[in-house]
Amino acid sequence: MAGATLLGVWLLGVWLAWAPSAAADTLPVTEVAPGVFVHAGLHEETDAANAGDIANCGFIVGDDAVAVIDTGGSPAVGRRLREAIRARTNRPIRYVVNTHMHPDHALGNAAFLADQLEAGQPDFVAHRNFQAALMGRGSHYLHAFDAAVGPEAAAEVRIVPPTVTVADRLELDLGRRVVELVARPVAHTDNDLTVFDRQTATLWTGDLLFMERAPAIDGSVLGWLRLLDGLAAEPAARVVPGHGPPSAPWPEAATDLRRYLDRVVTGVRAIQSAHGTIQQAVDTVAADEAPRWRLFDAYNPRNVTAAFAELEWE
Amino acid sequence: MTTPQRSLGLRAGTGMALVGAAWLCLGAGTALAAPQDERWDMLRDMYFSGRAVEDAGPLLSLEAPTRANDAALVPIRIATAPGADVQVNAVHLIVDQNPVPMAATFRFAEGGSPQSVETRVRVNAYTNVTAVAETSDGRLLRTVRFVKASGGCSAPALKNAQLAVARMGKMKLNLPDTIVAGKPVTAQLLISHPNYTGMQYDQLNYYFIPAHYVKTIDIRYNGTPVLSVQSDISLSEDPSVHFSLVPDEQGTLEVTAEDSNGRVFKDSWPIKALPGS
Repeated sequence: MAGATLLGVWLLGVWLAWAPSAAADTLPVTEVAPGVFVHAGLHEETDAANAGDIANCGFIVGDDAVAVIDTGGSPAVGRRLREAIRARTNRPIRYVVNTHMHPDHALGNAAFLADQLEAGQPDFVAHRNFQAALMGRGSHYLHAFDAAVGPEAAAEVRIVPPTVTVADRLELDLGRRVVELVARPVAHTDNDLTVFDRQTATLWTGDLLFMERAPAIDGSVLGWLRLLDGLAAEPAARVVPGHGPPSAPWPEAATDLRRYLDRVVTGVRAIQSAHGTIQQAVDTVAADEAPRWRLFDAYNPRNVTAAFAELEWE
Repeated sequence: MTTPQRSLGLRAGTGMALVGAAWLCLGAGTALAAPQDERWDMLRDMYFSGRAVEDAGPLLSLEAPTRANDAALVPIRIATAPGADVQVNAVHLIVDQNPVPMAATFRFAEGGSPQSVETRVRVNAYTNVTAVAETSDGRLLRTVRFVKASGGCSAPALKNAQLAVARMGKMKLNLPDTIVAGKPVTAQLLISHPNYTGMQYDQLNYYFIPAHYVKTIDIRYNGTPVLSVQSDISLSEDPSVHFSLVPDEQGTLEVTAEDSNGRVFKDSWPIKALPGS
């Protein structure tokens, strides 16, 4: 009797310990349009507490299959995204699409590797330049991840090369649902890929659209502005930004980003025409944008520096 | 619509191999966390054969940001203040923790006059940046700044790899709006070059691109040397050098640069100055 009670208490303890972690194992997602699910990442830098859950990620469900769009900033976040998919559908995950190579969007890929080894899918789909950009930075990304999240989490990280690359355009058929991928010219990075779900007119921009969180220029500020002009004409009912709310109206959602990038360009050009230095530009350019963006001080100096080097060659 | 390129050589098995390579780099990065002083002792032996290196004091100054905003592009300024009886003929710029720490050596034609040079370097990790001056009386004088590398997204990598190749060898000279003969001016030379470190990856052919960088820059004014630079992979892509020049009323600035593949790039610019007082 006493033994049974003890066993019951022990089981209860196991159950209590297990239940909250099971809940925590599923990434919360919002259905922004029928069959389109998005998780909104935190506006924080990667650390041990958030495990890299700092970017938006999600999935699109067709009649036959699922496409994952970005996988979060760690294998742990990727696993929680996979659990969120499995909580909603048992259709196979046929594609894992990366919108670009930044670690907060791609380090969750490892959570889908076992499926690929067992079932031959998903395919990992990315821009033609994705792998080169990731390889050139991989050791830095891993080093930074190890320092920010810890060695145990870092030991799980895998750099997963794409199995399908997109040089121009590619359609993925998920079963009575076609999503269209477009490889973009150099903008946020040199390997930005957009995803358009025709059925709901939902455009996943990846980090071509930042909202609320300060953007990072890791490609070309002029290219980014040009591309935003072109994207404004896309017939999208809503967009899923790389950072910000799960979805937003298009093209209004890009207003803040456009204004910020314009100010960086205008400000840097003014410093350069007065023969000013990079440090002078860093100290002054776009400074009045600070209250409008989270993590502004962590990204604006870097953006101004990168824009300075780019605009010197105009 | 084009057909997707199926990159068969890069399925999961290769992925594991890539992870191995990445972790080796990470291991090297951790080893670099060794104290800055030990690193410097090693560098001094390597570059200066154990010669005494004194603190520079006022003869040499070095400006670097305390935090590298963009690890691929950290602006550095060096200025010399030679005394009445001592010239500063050359300055070595060293990024202590980089894979190839010696970033550049600047040799001044006029070591007796104050000189200032600016350039931009890649920073691989938290590091000391060191400047070592060589004086006419054979001393080595050192000054140091500590630079913190920036966050996770910031890697010392090319942002636009295709453009870097397409523009290779193009040069640009920036001068102040007003130039007066006989008065020193600061000029900026830019040379477009990817300055490949050997860590960049070829996106079409899947191999690491061998190191390929600007090795020497020779700047002359009216046929007379002004500054010569020996450089290496720690300089940022599109190497930039600010330097001092004392112009005549009419003159020509000539630049010859050579990269590690033996490619030679040349350009020249006429400089017109207002008559000096």
